[in-house]
Amino acid sequence: MRPAARSGTERGADPMDALNALVALANFVLIPAMAYGSQLALGALGVTLIYGILRFSNFAHGDTMAIGTMITILVTWGLQALGVSLSPLPTALLAIPFGIAGTALLVLGTDRLIYRFYREQKAKPVILVIVSMGVMFIYNGLTRFVIGPNDQDFDDGTRFLISARDFKAMTGLDEGLALKSTQAITVVTAVIVVALLFWFLNRTRTGKSMRAYSDNEDLALLSGINPERVVTVTWIIVSALAVVAGTLYGLDKSFKPFTYFQLLLPIFASAIVGGLGSPLGAIAGGFIIAFSEVGITYAWKKVATYLLPEALEPSGLVQLMSTDYKFAVSFVILIIVLLFRPTGLFKGKSV
Amino acid sequence: MSGGDYGDRGNRDLSIAKPGGMGEARPVREGGHEHAAPGGPFLIGEAMTGGYGRGADILHSCTIAVERGEIAVIVGPNGAGKSTAMKAVFGMLNLREGSVRLDGEDITELSPQARVRKGMGFVPQTHNIFTSMTVEENLEMGAFIRDDDFRGTMAQVYDLFPILKEKRRQAAGELSGGQRQQVAVGRALMTQPKVLMLDEPTAGVSPIVMDELFDRIIEVARTGLPVLMVEQNARQALEIADKAYVLVQGRNAHTGTGKELLADDEVRRSFLGG
Repeated sequence: MRPAARSGTERGADPMDALNALVALANFVLIPAMAYGSQLALGALGVTLIYGILRFSNFAHGDTMAIGTMITILVTWGLQALGVSLSPLPTALLAIPFGIAGTALLVLGTDRLIYRFYREQKAKPVILVIVSMGVMFIYNGLTRFVIGPNDQDFDDGTRFLISARDFKAMTGLDEGLALKSTQAITVVTAVIVVALLFWFLNRTRTGKSMRAYSDNEDLALLSGINPERVVTVTWIIVSALAVVAGTLYGLDKSFKPFTYFQLLLPIFASAIVGGLGSPLGAIAGGFIIAFSEVGITYAWKKVATYLLPEALEPSGLVQLMSTDYKFAVSFVILIIVLLFRPTGLFKGKSV
Repeated sequence: MSGGDYGDRGNRDLSIAKPGGMGEARPVREGGHEHAAPGGPFLIGEAMTGGYGRGADILHSCTIAVERGEIAVIVGPNGAGKSTAMKAVFGMLNLREGSVRLDGEDITELSPQARVRKGMGFVPQTHNIFTSMTVEENLEMGAFIRDDDFRGTMAQVYDLFPILKEKRRQAAGELSGGQRQQVAVGRALMTQPKVLMLDEPTAGVSPIVMDELFDRIIEVARTGLPVLMVEQNARQALEIADKAYVLVQGRNAHTGTGKELLADDEVRRSFLGG
């Protein structure tokens, strides 16, 4: 990373420096973390819903995201072959509903075949955790079998809303600010999805019956709520969340099955930091993890050079941790939270 | 279920598993049908034999029934299977033998949620409210099976238990013991049941609140709604009972009207403290 280009003039009192620092911060930390945080939040919401309603941590969630994204990609390719386009938006947005439908079918089939058996035995949740791990391996293999283990780029929309060059020309600042269209789409979609989910859980009869089942299964039964219906609706919603999160992540970065498996860690960290079982916590947790991860692995030299007087100018990169170790950040936050506040920041209602 | 078929290992790690609120019932599966079975009392669990899961039988040919417009009371020592008998009538466990009939129909094969639709309302002894939901949401969940406008019923429940109206926006889990019981009974009334089953409605509440609750239950019964009730406070319960059952070790020990059992020497010696 090149330190900011600077004319030979004396520096320090230049108000532009602060502005440049802010733009650099936004460009390299705030905007990417915002988008990443939205993706994590959507993933964590899926995990937290399964935890809250079906009572176990679903280790297959990362691979559910992978498989859902894969279906979306396949449909995207099909649409592209047919000449369908949503330009300037990525075609994948059109394919998402198909991805959700396919994933929901797969997940409901899995439930019928596997989870329901254990539910009927009243198996303890920890058994289901291990079962979900088996499901994870199968989904994982299925994804690689169908689409292969390699990177797939399926974003065919306009690349930038604002490119760094345009921004520089517009503002005359030294630092450029790039806003990728996928980042904007991610945040907007996440806001819409979260709003819909909260409305559904708190305002609709079915949503309330899901909360009732989460709170007290037997009493839900006594109120005439059909548990199998609650489970079905939960899986469908979770499929939708997983596919949306996975597709947004794939658009923003790229799709690679192994990356999605690895996403499990930051997603679980998000859900647990926020408080498992609390949807609000999942969202907060997603942003906390994303900002920590990006902030800790970012080389702050550029921002520091703008802000500090010349004498204090850092000689190193001021990077706390190499990006190779970004998962360590989730791990450390996870451990700290579990040690000092095991119920999470938002105190998962049901934990 | 204690132990269960899989044990409890690793299950207290709340970061991966959430055992709270998990159902203990092994309900009758969905998909069963009712048959016509005319005659007999309004609601009867007849010669019921069964227990939880694959465990030993708790009920042994146990019979409990309630007629239209009556209050039937089940009393007995701890562990007599009173609560189990109630759950069996509601389909919360599978019967090995015996049958349950409601209003001229055999409903033994119906799942609990189907029995709710048939007009049965049940207030369990514990975990009988949705603690994380507001009082009003609890009542709404009571009315889950209803597609019509249930605001009238809700107003009736608020008339019966005025305190609930004040606290309707509060989480039910934050209420006192007596208020929680009111929410629980209110939730069951929201379906406009044809028969109300109460499992120790006065457990864990102060004597004053208990009297108050008894009064409300009698008030409900006077509207013509049959009430089948398990009660620890045997004397008080027998005084208001039209029909009473004494269960001992899952079997019918004594049956009669409340007054008969109060007058029965053996019942008095064994259960009423002389």
